[in-house]
Amino acid sequence: MATETAPPPTKPSDERVRQVGSLTRLLTRPEFGALVALVVVWVFFAIVASDNNFVSWPTTAAILNRAAPLGILAVAVALLMISGEFDLSVGSVVGFSGMAIMLLVTSTSAGGYGWALFPALIVALLITLGVGFLNGLLVLTTKLPSFIITLGALFVFRGLATAIPRTLTNRTQLGSFDDIPGFETINAIFGQKIEVLGARFDIAIVWWVIATVIATWILTRTAIGNWIFGVGGDDNASRNVGVPVFKLKVALFMTTAFAAFLVAFMQVTQFKGADSLRGELQEFNAIIAAVVGGVLLTGGYGSVIGAALGALIFAMVQQGIIITGVDGDWFKVFVGGILVVAVIFNNFVRQQAQKR
Amino acid sequence: MTDKTPILEINEVSKFFGSVIALKGVSMFVRPGEVTCLLGDNGAGKSTLIKTLSGVHTPTEGSYKFQGEEVEFSSPREALDLGIATVYQDLAMIPLMSIWRNFFLGSEPTKGFGPFRRFDVDKAKQITREEMSKMGIDIRDPDQPVGTLSGGERQSVAIARAVYFGAKVLILDEPTAALGVKQAGVVLKYILQAKQRGIGVIFITHNPHHAYPVGDHFVILRRGQVFGDYSKEEIPLEQLVQMMAGGADLEALSHELESASRGEEDENLARAAEQFRQEAGSE
Repeated sequence: MATETAPPPTKPSDERVRQVGSLTRLLTRPEFGALVALVVVWVFFAIVASDNNFVSWPTTAAILNRAAPLGILAVAVALLMISGEFDLSVGSVVGFSGMAIMLLVTSTSAGGYGWALFPALIVALLITLGVGFLNGLLVLTTKLPSFIITLGALFVFRGLATAIPRTLTNRTQLGSFDDIPGFETINAIFGQKIEVLGARFDIAIVWWVIATVIATWILTRTAIGNWIFGVGGDDNASRNVGVPVFKLKVALFMTTAFAAFLVAFMQVTQFKGADSLRGELQEFNAIIAAVVGGVLLTGGYGSVIGAALGALIFAMVQQGIIITGVDGDWFKVFVGGILVVAVIFNNFVRQQAQKR
Repeated sequence: MTDKTPILEINEVSKFFGSVIALKGVSMFVRPGEVTCLLGDNGAGKSTLIKTLSGVHTPTEGSYKFQGEEVEFSSPREALDLGIATVYQDLAMIPLMSIWRNFFLGSEPTKGFGPFRRFDVDKAKQITREEMSKMGIDIRDPDQPVGTLSGGERQSVAIARAVYFGAKVLILDEPTAALGVKQAGVVLKYILQAKQRGIGVIFITHNPHHAYPVGDHFVILRRGQVFGDYSKEEIPLEQLVQMMAGGADLEALSHELESASRGEEDENLARAAEQFRQEAGSE
C-alpha cells in the first residue's frame, strides 16, 4: 500500500505528464479561439481601414460602446447556454423592458401611468424578472426544448412591446425620459459618456466589465458555477448527485432577463426614451458572441470571458465595416462567415487537445 | 470474519410489476470489508435487485435491513444519505468537466462568508488527488476532463468519489462489463482497495472470472430467484463458471490480472492471479 501511494515522481506518471504542456493547456481553454479571432480581426481592419483611422481612440471607443450592451447580454446568455438552455427572447425583452419603464413614468396625460422614477424602475425590474421566471418555469415544467419556448417568447414580448404602448399612447416610441425627476442621478451611473484620451466612452463599458468579472467568478469559483457546468453536461446525472436543477435553471433564465433589463434601462437613459424595436436581433447576436467565445451550443462547456470577447469581435467587425465605407449589407455576410469559422475552429481545437 | 454482522441484508424480497414477477424470495447480505458478488445472466433480475438495493424501487414483499435496522427508502437520495452508494454503469460522470469538478459535483466544499462564499478549488483539487492516490491511482492532472480518461479510470473516479463521501456500502453495477481485460483488472483492484477500507461491496457482474478473484461471497441469480449462495471456500471457480452461462477466457484473464498486479505489489491481486493460473492449469 505505502509504495503505491508514493507521490508523483513514479515512472508511469512521468510519461503521462509530458503530454500536458502549457500550450495544450492554453489551446483547451474555451476562449482561446476567440482571442485568436480578435487579434486576426483587429489586424485585418488595422490594415484594410488604416486610412480611416481604425487604430485610434475614437474608433476604439465606438467599438467598445457597441460591444458593451451586447456584451452584458452575452455574459448572461453564456451562463444559460453552458447550463444547456437557450434564451431567444432576450432581445425582445430588452424592448419590452424599456417600454415598461417608459410607460410607467410617462405622464397620465400622454397615456402613461405617471409614476415616480424609482418605483417605476423597481416594478419594471420585477416584471422583467417575472418574464425570465416564466420562461424558466415553462421550459422546466413542459420539458420542451428552451429553443421553442423562448422562440415563442421572442414574438410574444416583441408584440407586447409594440401593442401595449400603441394601445395606451398611440405611439411606439416614447421619449422625454430626461424630464423625469431623478434622471440626472440615474444618468450619472448608467447613461453618461466619459471623455478620456479624446474619445467618449459609455459608462456601460464599466458595467460590462463588472458583469463579466462577476459572472466569471460565479462560473469558475463557486459551487453554483460547478452546477452550471454539471447541469449542462448531463442534467440527470447532476440531479442524482443533488444539484437543484430546477432552481438553478430558473435562476439562470432570470439572470438573462436581468441582463435584458439592465441593457434596456441603460439605453432608455442614454437615448432618453424607449423604442418598441430596441434590442431587435440581439438574442441572436448574443448567442453568436457566446458561441464565437467558445461556448458549446449543446452546453456543459464554455467561458464568460470568451462570450465577452465574442461581443467585442462582433462590435469590431460592425464598426470596421462602417468606417471602411463598405456597404453595410456586407456586414451580415461577414458575421455569418465568422460564426461558422469560429465554431469549426473551436471544435477542431477542442478535439485535438482532448485526443491526446 | 464470519462473526461480523451484515451491514446490509435483505430477506425474502420479492418485487412484482403488475403480473410480472421480477424478483421472488431473494435473500442476500454483505458484511463490512467483504465483497458480495451478485452474478446472473441477462434477464436474471440483477437490475431490479440493484434498483431495490439502491432505493429506486421499494420491495413488494420482504425486509431490507441496514446496520441491523429495518429501513424503507422512497428515493435513492435517502439510501445515499445512509451511506449506500450506487455506481451505475453509465457512471453519472460529466465528460467535459474536469476530474475535480466531477468529484465534488453537488457537494462542493466552500470557504468564505455570505456573498463571498466560494468553491474551495485548491482544497477540491487536493482532496481529489489524495483520494485517488488512496485508491492507488496517481492522476496526472485533476484539471483533465473526465472524457479523456479510460473507462477503467472513470470507474475508479466514481468509486473513489463514493468512498470519499462516506459510503459504507458500495453497489457496483457491472463496473467491468464495458471494459477490456486489462481495464477490468484495474477496476477489480479498486474493489479490493474499497474492501480493505472496510466498505461492504456488492459487485454485480455476469462474469465469474471477474467475480471470483475479489469476492468473499457469491449469490447467483436466475430468473428472479436465488439459484445459489456460496462463500468462497464452498465453491471452486470451475463450478461457479459452470453455474453461469459463458465467460471470458480463463487463461487470458489470469495473465492480464497478473500483469496488472505486477509492480503494484498488491498481494490480493497477485494471489488472485496465482489462483487463476492454477485453475486454468487444472482444466
